Amino acid sequence: MKKDFPILSTVLPNGKKLVYLDNAATTQKPLSVIERISHFYKSENANVSRSAHYLGEQTTVSYNNARKAVAKFINADEDEVIFTSGTTESINMIAYGWGDPNVSEDDEIIVMTSEHHSDFVPWQQLAMRKKCKFKVVPLNIDGTINMVEFKKSITSKTKIVACARMTNSFGIINPVEEISKTVHENGAILVVDGAQSVPSMPTDVKNMDADFLSFSGHKMLGPMGIGVLYAKKDMLESLKPFLTGGGMIDEVKDESTTFACAPDRYEAGTPNVEGAIGLASAIEYLDEIGMENILEHERSLFEYAYSKLKSVDRVTLYGPKEIEKRAGIVTFNIKGIHPHDVAAVLDSNGIAIRSGHHCAQPILRALKVDFMATARASFYIYNDKSDVDALVDAIEDAKRRF
Amino acid sequence: MDELSDLYAEVIMDHQRHPRNFGKLENFDREIQMTNSSCGDQISLQIKFENEKIKDLKFTGMGCAISMASASVMTEVMKGLSVKEAKHFCDEFLEMIREGKVPADDLKDAKVFSNIHKYPMRIKCATLAWHALQKAIE
Ligand SMILES: Cc1ncc(COP(=O)(O)O)c(C=O)c1O
Repeated sequence: MKKDFPILSTVLPNGKKLVYLDNAATTQKPLSVIERISHFYKSENANVSRSAHYLGEQTTVSYNNARKAVAKFINADEDEVIFTSGTTESINMIAYGWGDPNVSEDDEIIVMTSEHHSDFVPWQQLAMRKKCKFKVVPLNIDGTINMVEFKKSITSKTKIVACARMTNSFGIINPVEEISKTVHENGAILVVDGAQSVPSMPTDVKNMDADFLSFSGHKMLGPMGIGVLYAKKDMLESLKPFLTGGGMIDEVKDESTTFACAPDRYEAGTPNVEGAIGLASAIEYLDEIGMENILEHERSLFEYAYSKLKSVDRVTLYGPKEIEKRAGIVTFNIKGIHPHDVAAVLDSNGIAIRSGHHCAQPILRALKVDFMATARASFYIYNDKSDVDALVDAIEDAKRRF
Repeated sequence: MDELSDLYAEVIMDHQRHPRNFGKLENFDREIQMTNSSCGDQISLQIKFENEKIKDLKFTGMGCAISMASASVMTEVMKGLSVKEAKHFCDEFLEMIREGKVPADDLKDAKVFSNIHKYPMRIKCATLAWHALQKAIE
């Protein structure tokens, strides 16, 4: 499979072969996606849904097909799929477009301590704008959500609960189906951050009963700058457009404007057509492998890495041990070495990992993680056991040097 | 020589293993806390002035080898300097890191950081302590 990804044959200036283990940050792109985008500019490019000529039609058909592909991929209806620039924009669209008109001072917003800053700060800021209560659900010591505390914190005043289906810090799979049940019993809405889960496991919005779901194309073999906001049909009535302008209107008069139907209403301006088409091509590639198989593959690499690293002196592994709560993210520290220095030594061995706070400071603070930072290796479809072996060898190199 | 020693020069490794002037001053005139939000490096710097001079300074903190060694080197270079000289050194150091400018002789051990400009991800680590000092003497 590695041969489908041109960048994976990179040799670093020091002669080391690249081992790419930073997939939770962004994934590499297969040639089929790169060529699909290139084909768009070579033979289809025009503005979308505006230009009644041959190229305009080609572009519009491809863009609409991309939306169909995304809808099918997550078991949604087409008009529930809104293209955005990525997860961060999707979540802000909900916070401003649904939160501002629907949340008031007496309400409460709940998030988990393990949320990415993109699923934390927009809710905290919304709560500040509304002067309403902002509750952060504590974690168990392994980083999983403390469900007892969650159930205690939710009340009839809770309006919004935001939760990632898979965390980016430790790669923990949260029980969103159970959370969803509790949320809806209390009359609140559930906003799911799917940035990590959608690339790595099957997604069925009807099964998980999310009111909103956000994800990014670049973490699932697609291009940067494209993402999705899924909004359940019932929510479209109360979701106000966040951006206004061209492409999202029905009729514009001097004194007032009526808006188009969803999803156009939420896509003001010329959309990222190249991105949407590239994402559809990525989905085609993922579907061929099968999302169940991807999760199984990630888990097998996680288990292999975990079994090797757990006995390595000075290495601390974070997160739960139970494999059913995990996917392909190994978060660790080496005693006495700052994760930045770990990443630098690994890089000199050709291995790309992430170090730092992973845009998730609340969880690191809550769990009192050394340095308030960790190293993180994250696997994807093209990684194999030899990549894990290289990681383990490079960790020994870091220990020798520091 | 392997290329990692380009980044982690022997002098840098020595300072990170045995940081100089690490700890707290019993009495001081100025205390500055600073963090590098992109990676979480933290430093707290205390300075005692006397007659427009930096009589003593100490730091505590947490961060990568580059940020801690840079803080250690900074305190060594600065001890005993006049505030005016300290400002000048700071400017020279920051320019060396940002522009890769050939360092002046008087930067002493701080010259070992001249390679950092080739590692854009580490610039904030190498300059944190110097920014803290700059703030303390501005
Ligand atoms: C769980 C989670 N939420 C949100 C984001 C933000 O995604 P993006 O930067 O693509 O908007 C990320 C990616 O870093 C993530 O892992």
